[in-house]
Amino acid sequence: MAILEVHDIEKHFGATRVLEDISFSLEQGQALAIIGSSGSGKTTLLRCLNFLETPNQGRILVNGELLFDAAEPKTQLESEIRKKRLHFGLVFQNFNLFPQYTALQNVTLARELLAKERGDETKEHILEAGKELLAQMGLADRTDHYPHQLSGGQQQRVAIARALALHPDILCFDEPTSALDPELTGEVLRVIRGLAEQKTTMIIVTHEMAFARDVADRVIFMDGGVIVEQGDPRQVIEHPQEERTRQFLSRYEEG
Amino acid sequence: MFMTVVGALNEGFVQTLALFAVTLAGALPLGLIVSFGSMSRFTPLRWLTRTVIWVIRGTPLMLQLYIIFFIPGMVLPSGNPWPAGTAGRFMAAAVAFIINYSCYFAEIYRGGIQGVPAGQQEAGMVLGMTKSQIFFKVTLLQMVKRVVPPMSNEIITLVKDTSLAQVISIREVIWAGKAFLKSSHGYKGLLWPLFFTGVYYLVFNGGLTLLFGWVEKKLDYFR
Repeated sequence: MAILEVHDIEKHFGATRVLEDISFSLEQGQALAIIGSSGSGKTTLLRCLNFLETPNQGRILVNGELLFDAAEPKTQLESEIRKKRLHFGLVFQNFNLFPQYTALQNVTLARELLAKERGDETKEHILEAGKELLAQMGLADRTDHYPHQLSGGQQQRVAIARALALHPDILCFDEPTSALDPELTGEVLRVIRGLAEQKTTMIIVTHEMAFARDVADRVIFMDGGVIVEQGDPRQVIEHPQEERTRQFLSRYEEG
Repeated sequence: MFMTVVGALNEGFVQTLALFAVTLAGALPLGLIVSFGSMSRFTPLRWLTRTVIWVIRGTPLMLQLYIIFFIPGMVLPSGNPWPAGTAGRFMAAAVAFIINYSCYFAEIYRGGIQGVPAGQQEAGMVLGMTKSQIFFKVTLLQMVKRVVPPMSNEIITLVKDTSLAQVISIREVIWAGKAFLKSSHGYKGLLWPLFFTGVYYLVFNGGLTLLFGWVEKKLDYFR
């Protein structure tokens, strides 16, 4: 069974239709790359999955459980949405680390708050897990640094650790390297590649075509708020079937 | 003579400090509530709050002191609500100051809160934090850091504004200094005690400036 099913998502801001007829599914352990030019709706789609935007139509299921149905107001209760968000993790383009906390505190804060609510984990255990995650990101010696003392690439790796700390079913990346200098892009992509090798279920919105081709199990190409083409990454990126995909990719090669 | 005057001015300055402290204790939290009102998604509340802020900031504090001290006694069927004597006058002054300064603080808070990037809230939301957790654990300290410089300005102004309370006969330090012009403590026609009150303000505000500098430095560990 698919871990994520998205059916007929539609979103408009006023009269502007940003997403239309978005349907796809994702299997456990798969990495899905979403490509497309700016303004094609990729980021809005991720924001819908993380309940930062409310779709005007459509349904979202995780592990077969109906999380969101635009036709069912019951699925949109503010109190429920907070819990539903935890199925998803989101890594932002510009990191959004909490500046007043150290790298380790950024990673542990939300989990400590949840543990207080549920009473299921000790603080020591959360701290250990946080340190382990940062070490996994290659930041074992940066745990006590504040965000402004870290490079962009390091900050983004802290942000990835922060999202992983809550064990989301699906980890989403919103152009994780777009705010980084080219020489810092590699270190973040390496971390994401590592996660893919460990079979982390991921959705990655990216402009890095080579990365999408090599790391993703599936690719979705979006344009003008609709899915134009989806399938095997080599197929879509190297042998696109649709004219619009070809145009987009050729502009990429020139650019 | 000097010691007598200083004694009288000290007594006045205790009143100044009392009004200053009570205003801060009331207006710092009330201002936060008012700022939430002015940012409310519930439009009538937002407009009501903004109108109140407009009226309070748009009229002189001196006038507000008179209104709050005199008007209730004129319109309330139960008569003047303020207790008789010094205590009643002090209460009226404190109420006027707290209302007035809440509105100024509210605008400073609003700037501080709106200055925190929306991404901070969103990051908290996707991490499953509640609205109040996001405010207290994420936004608040970033807001505090942003509001320290404008707040220190406003608080220093408050120290000096307390002298306005003499219009409803609060015997604060300038009132005590002025008293020596006519006659006070057996002296007549002394001018210098009035000017000497400036030293009290200077020294106290110097201390506050150091304090705010220290707070700013304390919050310098993040950006």
